[in-house]
Amino acid sequence: MSQRPLALPRPQARHPGLNLGADHAHEADSREEMVFGFWVFMMSDLIIFGLLMATYVTMLGGTAGGPGPKALFELKSVLIQTMLLLVSSATFGMASIALKYQEKRRLVMWLLITLALGFAFLFFELRDFHTMFEKGGVPSRSGYLSAFFSLVPLHGLHVAGASVWLVALLGQMAVHGLDAPVKTGILRLGILWHFLDIVWIGIFSLVYLGGLS
Amino acid sequence: MSVSGRIEHFLRQGSRYVLLIPMLLLSGCGSDMPGFMNPQGPIAQAQRHHFWVVIALVMVVVIPVIIQTPLILWRYRYRGHAVYRPKWDMSRWLDIIMWAVPLLIVAILGVYIWRQTHELDPYRSIASDKPPLEIQVVGYDWKWLFIYPDQGIATMGQLVIPADRPIALELTSATVLQSFFIPALGSQIDVMNRMVTKLHLEADHPGRFEGKNMQYNGEGFHHQRFITRAVEDNAFDAFVARTRRQGRPLDQDTYAIIADKGDNRETARALGLDTSDTDAVIRFSQVPEGLFHTIMGGSPIDWSALNVAPPQLGTTRTSVVQTSESDQSSSSESTSAAPESSEPESAESSSPSHERKEAQP
Amino acid sequence: MSDTTSLIFGRLGWDALPFWSMLTDHSWLSIINGVIATGAAGMVVLGALAAVILVTWLGKWRYLWSEWLTSPDHKKIGIMFIVIALVMLARAIVEAVFMRAQQAVGLDSGFLTAEHFGQLFTTHGTIMVFFMAMPFLTGIINYVMPLQIGARDLSFPVLNQVSLGLTAAGAALVMISLVLAPFSIGGWTGYPPFTELARNPGAGVDYWIWAVTLSTLSSTLTGVNFAVTIFKKRAPGMTLMRMPLFTWTALCTAILMIFGMPPLTVATGLLALDRYLDFHMFTTDLGGNMMNYVNLFWAFGHPEVYILILPPFGIFSEVFATFSGKRIYGYKILVIATMCIAVLSFTVWLHHFFTMGQSAHINAAFGIATMLIGIPTGVKVYDWMLTMYRGRIRLSVPMVYAIGFIMLFVLGGMTGIILATPSVDYQVHNSLFLVAHFHNMLIPGLLFGMLSATNFWFPKATGFRLEERWGYRAAFCWIIGFMLAFFPLYVLGMMGMPRRSVAYFEPQYVPWMIVAGIGALAILCALLCLLIQLWVSIRDRHTNNVFAGDPWDGRTLEWSTASPPPEYNFPVIPEVHSLDAFMTEKEGGRAWRVPDHYGDIEMPANSVMGVVIGLTSLAMAFGLVWYMWWLVIAAGVITLAAIVGRGFVRHTHRIISADEVRTTHERWLERLRQTAPIDRSREQSTDNHGRAMPPVEGAVQ
Repeated sequence: MSQRPLALPRPQARHPGLNLGADHAHEADSREEMVFGFWVFMMSDLIIFGLLMATYVTMLGGTAGGPGPKALFELKSVLIQTMLLLVSSATFGMASIALKYQEKRRLVMWLLITLALGFAFLFFELRDFHTMFEKGGVPSRSGYLSAFFSLVPLHGLHVAGASVWLVALLGQMAVHGLDAPVKTGILRLGILWHFLDIVWIGIFSLVYLGGLS
Repeated sequence: MSVSGRIEHFLRQGSRYVLLIPMLLLSGCGSDMPGFMNPQGPIAQAQRHHFWVVIALVMVVVIPVIIQTPLILWRYRYRGHAVYRPKWDMSRWLDIIMWAVPLLIVAILGVYIWRQTHELDPYRSIASDKPPLEIQVVGYDWKWLFIYPDQGIATMGQLVIPADRPIALELTSATVLQSFFIPALGSQIDVMNRMVTKLHLEADHPGRFEGKNMQYNGEGFHHQRFITRAVEDNAFDAFVARTRRQGRPLDQDTYAIIADKGDNRETARALGLDTSDTDAVIRFSQVPEGLFHTIMGGSPIDWSALNVAPPQLGTTRTSVVQTSESDQSSSSESTSAAPESSEPESAESSSPSHERKEAQP
Repeated sequence: MSDTTSLIFGRLGWDALPFWSMLTDHSWLSIINGVIATGAAGMVVLGALAAVILVTWLGKWRYLWSEWLTSPDHKKIGIMFIVIALVMLARAIVEAVFMRAQQAVGLDSGFLTAEHFGQLFTTHGTIMVFFMAMPFLTGIINYVMPLQIGARDLSFPVLNQVSLGLTAAGAALVMISLVLAPFSIGGWTGYPPFTELARNPGAGVDYWIWAVTLSTLSSTLTGVNFAVTIFKKRAPGMTLMRMPLFTWTALCTAILMIFGMPPLTVATGLLALDRYLDFHMFTTDLGGNMMNYVNLFWAFGHPEVYILILPPFGIFSEVFATFSGKRIYGYKILVIATMCIAVLSFTVWLHHFFTMGQSAHINAAFGIATMLIGIPTGVKVYDWMLTMYRGRIRLSVPMVYAIGFIMLFVLGGMTGIILATPSVDYQVHNSLFLVAHFHNMLIPGLLFGMLSATNFWFPKATGFRLEERWGYRAAFCWIIGFMLAFFPLYVLGMMGMPRRSVAYFEPQYVPWMIVAGIGALAILCALLCLLIQLWVSIRDRHTNNVFAGDPWDGRTLEWSTASPPPEYNFPVIPEVHSLDAFMTEKEGGRAWRVPDHYGDIEMPANSVMGVVIGLTSLAMAFGLVWYMWWLVIAAGVITLAAIVGRGFVRHTHRIISADEVRTTHERWLERLRQTAPIDRSREQSTDNHGRAMPPVEGAVQ
């Protein structure tokens, strides 16, 4: 049964990836609720990143004689990470288009490419941390490094979590096919993925470029 | 004492208090009330004034509520016969008044607060024809160290200040966050390791005031107290002289004892002093120059780098160069710092601390 | 300890038992404190045992499991939230009584050790804010808000279960800390560097960190859930400006939760990194900066104040309007004022630390910003008075709380303005004046609001009224107890007595302390009265039955359905044409009409997610506290598996057939028609079965 307000206009805008059809109005509405809810949750997550970035800025001076950005950061590797993440956002976009047209094979392919790019990003990030550790850049060394390691790995953790979610969605697709919950799941994962991209651009500018300038 | 004895003791004490209640409640707001309601300095006096000004202004909004609520309750009670208009939900004039009056009060308060906050900023020195006395305060677990940099002395457990002369305090903590407060004189200020905060106070008259820590910092928190003694100028000079004479030098070994956890009395005991008096005061005849800022820095103190000499009369501090060996020999005579009772010290000979102060650049 | 034991039990040893120190230290102080701590631990263990035995004896495990623990119903989850809140309230009040007793005899010493006292004020504050106030208001909003907007459930019922599970886990952790002691002594604010590992290496601070973090996560999720529900699930015709005021305040609170909780998550998270992984965010050495913590904490702390106070504002708005038999005065103004307060609440956090040595400009600016909040709040108070003005006021129990609130709250507001004046704050900051102020806001504000709401909506939830005689007694005890317990603290604060002092040395404090102690006893009486009220009400539930659902001649949609409401709340989703939707229906004679058409209703199916996440998060937190890493890992893996596994579940809904809905609804309507409507003079009599006399020209009979 469809419960729509009389006085309220029916929302016309549909999410491009859903394609649940005009006869699934109620289904579409409840799905839209989930996507909206995820947006709201992302706002809350954004606050966390914003606060950590602000804290990081206040801690820039707290190197306590330990190594600072210039001694630790390697711009080339960070640039590679940035490109990987940006490209992964583009491939996720391709996956969304495939979702819209219900092309399951292409959808899976693009998702797998996205996943691979995410793993590559994580690999380079971990390698960076390893180099930093070798240069004495451990979080216990100074307040500055603590602030760094509370911000950047949290983003990495998000990417790892998003990757797990992606795998889980592929699993769901294998079991249930491309049904409405899987579609909404991919839609929400897309929001998270692009969100992490934006956060990374913030980190890249503030932490890496800002630190090296 | 046995448990039952202790309980009995409490009961007896309790019954004594119960009898005291009415009497003390009446006298509670009177002249013996500690704190800023009975101010002893210009800052606290101004704070009391602000307190009542704010209350008076806010009362404009509060009083109508307190008076009218019972009146409305009575007039429009269920069994009453007052007019009943269940659909009345808007009155433009009442709305305008409702917003305008608080807005006006906040506007007045805003201007008032802006001015008073600047005027009573604890960092702002107090206007006076006398030069301020500089004191450095270090918070420990659970006691305060008062360093008089110009006099080259220090005390614990008692802060002695000249009355009617501004006091400029610099504060830091050797441990966690604390808050330094002498209610009768004025503001409190937080003290933090690696940071220096500032506070300016003044006592109008000679007297004894409680000082305390307001920010909880562990088991001994409630013991982190001291007596502030405001004295006449000559008595202050006598205090300086006596501290120089009777105190012990603040050297590495002594400092290690101070830095240990413990309240004032426990520290005095650890230093081998008589602690029978509640106001146990510990005197230090010599304080290394720059000790305050070294403590503030937070890193382990390098005692060999500190200049342990007291400033000499008529010389600037920078011109005094003494080796630490000679300090130890000169201070060995005065290791028996005695806890001091509260009797006035004006009888003692006064040292010319004032002249020295002025001789400094 | 051998390697194997430490691998299994981490750092948990025999000395964690509350009576352990008593066995090694035989001083009278140690023994008294040991006895008190052991008694408290015994209460926890016996309480848990008694609950298990009772459920087993009644044979209700299956019922408990399928009807409550795994139920996604917002009404049941709401009630469970409130049950947690009441249990924790009882514990925290007892703690408060102990603290008051200690300070009443605290000249020079007393009977509690400083350590024990530190744990008492820390748990009291932590519980009251995170495990009493938050679950209480979450529970009330959970129950009432969907009914008020004509929805069947929240947007995310399973997420709602998870929120409940997380809160329950946090509360359980605080309870466990009584048995496997100690809890933190760092105060509910947990300021570093005092709470850093260097200064406090024990398990206490870790208990605090994880309990608070669980509660914060729960509240963030709850906020998302409430906000989405209000935005997306309103009944047809219920525009934003037709929402009941309580829903409005729920919306503002939800938004504040979404934006206000993350700062605390960050603060406790970073503190945990400091303590577990040797970070230096807030330490004194190696470039840490504790002021960051203070800013983060209060960037949460101040919105939190309004998270706590806005729902009561909404509750009182409903109560004043209902029991004055009149429209709320200035609905739009109240909505605007609520939004103003919500927005302004993010701009004032610095007034919690005027004394940290900022420049006078900053202090003055934040002082003035703080006073700005006073304006919309003051307007609200006047709106409530004008709601009563020209009404016909019934002094029922919710109304007594409301009156107590309005009179006492303005005094708290006044002392708030005093504290917002930086020059005066330098005198009363960190003193008992501050303690008195925030209790003056939170007891008459939050707690009276919650108790008023409980008395107001209890008949809706259970189908019978709460007994009024004991209700009045409880209310009066609360009001008098509050005044006795906290007005003396204002004076003590003005005399410069620091908060959190286990003992003091000024004889002038003693009489005020004794009065405050008597006040604490009166509050204990109030708690007892509440329990008796509950007991008497349950005993007399048949005579006080209000199945028809509208015992107070209510104005909003929740009163239009049965008491207790069916699982799906409304057999047919109502259409809304105005503010005070149900009152309009009653006035127009359109209430309780037989619907033309019933449809199948899709409701969320039961789910074990809440229980699973609750248990695993409790296990993870417990493992983290005691360094039982295997437990942390195991619980983490199970959590992940549960979340991933949940994604594979497709049977998430069940259908209630239109026939079943029709039968249930029409049976209820039939009973309702046979019930005599009553006028308001018999509201508190046994004649009240929940059908009100229809209003004549909008006037209550």
